Amino acid sequence: MTFRLEGRGLGCERDDRWLFANLDLTVGPGEMLRVEGPNGSGKTTLLKILSGQLTEHDGELRWGGQPMRRSRTTFLANLLYLGHAPGVKAALSPLENLAWYQALNGERGSESARMTALDEIGLCGFEDVPVGQLSAGQQRRVALARMLLSPRPLWVLDEPFTAIDRQGVAALETRLQAHVVRGGSVILTTHHELAPMAALRRVALGVS
Amino acid sequence: MQVVEPRTGLAVAVRATIKRDLTLMLRRRGEVINPLVFFALVITLFPLGISPDTALLAEIAPGLLWVAALLATQLSLDVLFRSDFDDGSLEQLLLAPQPLPALVLSKVLVHWLLTGLPLAVMAPLLGIMLALPVESYAVLALSLALGSASLSLIGAIGAALTVGLARGGVLLSLLVLPLYIPILIFGAGAVQAAVLGASAAPHLALLGALLAMALMLAPWAIAAALRISING
Repeated sequence: MTFRLEGRGLGCERDDRWLFANLDLTVGPGEMLRVEGPNGSGKTTLLKILSGQLTEHDGELRWGGQPMRRSRTTFLANLLYLGHAPGVKAALSPLENLAWYQALNGERGSESARMTALDEIGLCGFEDVPVGQLSAGQQRRVALARMLLSPRPLWVLDEPFTAIDRQGVAALETRLQAHVVRGGSVILTTHHELAPMAALRRVALGVS
Repeated sequence: MQVVEPRTGLAVAVRATIKRDLTLMLRRRGEVINPLVFFALVITLFPLGISPDTALLAEIAPGLLWVAALLATQLSLDVLFRSDFDDGSLEQLLLAPQPLPALVLSKVLVHWLLTGLPLAVMAPLLGIMLALPVESYAVLALSLALGSASLSLIGAIGAALTVGLARGGVLLSLLVLPLYIPILIFGAGAVQAAVLGASAAPHLALLGALLAMALMLAPWAIAAALRISING
């Protein structure tokens, strides 16, 4: 079974102002979609709509050819969303944070798999330190480690490069490309210039 | 890349959520102890403020204990979803491929285990200070245990509705307190009946019925309220 996220005629109004209207987009296997636009142009709002969080919008969203209302559970099982806030608890260690995220998917996972993921993301030696004591970039890396743990085809990433150092950015970019090459898809916003790649498409917001 | 079929594994998710919230609360002991200290302080001050006359105190003790326990629960509700909202794990909880009512129910369960249950255990001790007759201790603890579970469930609806607001505390009280009144009446009534030597069973049964109703309806209301708050 293949997957495809389609949006037809998407529009969103905030405080009597149209952020965007009549937006058509589609993302399928092996595709990367970059949402561009100046601050306040509605990038985060669009990502929230595309990840099924905001339901008050114009237009229709379909997953695998079915309306989102009906396929929501299947859609959520295939989605990895990373928002502005990293979504990690400051009082828990990186290992405990990841264990909860795995359990939310209904999988127990193993301690060694989580260790490996944290090592790979560059948090070797910080596995048991409360996340609150880590730097902003390291906290973001804990959230990013979720990409390595649970295989989800669709990644929706809101500014994933924030607070990450230069090596980390390069590694993350390679990881995104590898995901797309494996047949996954990525929707992201970033102000960072991405290395050119064939599968990358762009949607520009806030240009009239 | 393969499409992931939605897994079941609800039990795993619920257990992990309970474990996570328990760990979190036990690492922030201040928040757990806060309502208990409030409860103890209020009850300690009443005999000093009113009169040390045991007959008078015993008469008002059921109501006092119940009102103080209710306000202590109320005090602890504001933080139920607040920290999850602030660090973004609430939106991740909403995006989990699991039924949201079950997940929020496990969060409320942890809240009750660390607020309502300790209050119920502590109440007889404070009852001594108010010269509450010994026969009513068991009824007091039981009525508080049953009642505070309903308070946690109903209060969580209000907490979910106000989580997106910067200063939701006052609004939360206004929203939730009217719904607390039946529980307060039957809870204090049960203890009053026990003090007078009558059977507390009808009051306790009504408290149980209220809890059963809250258990059935509140998780869905909390889930819907969280979705509204996150969208706001």
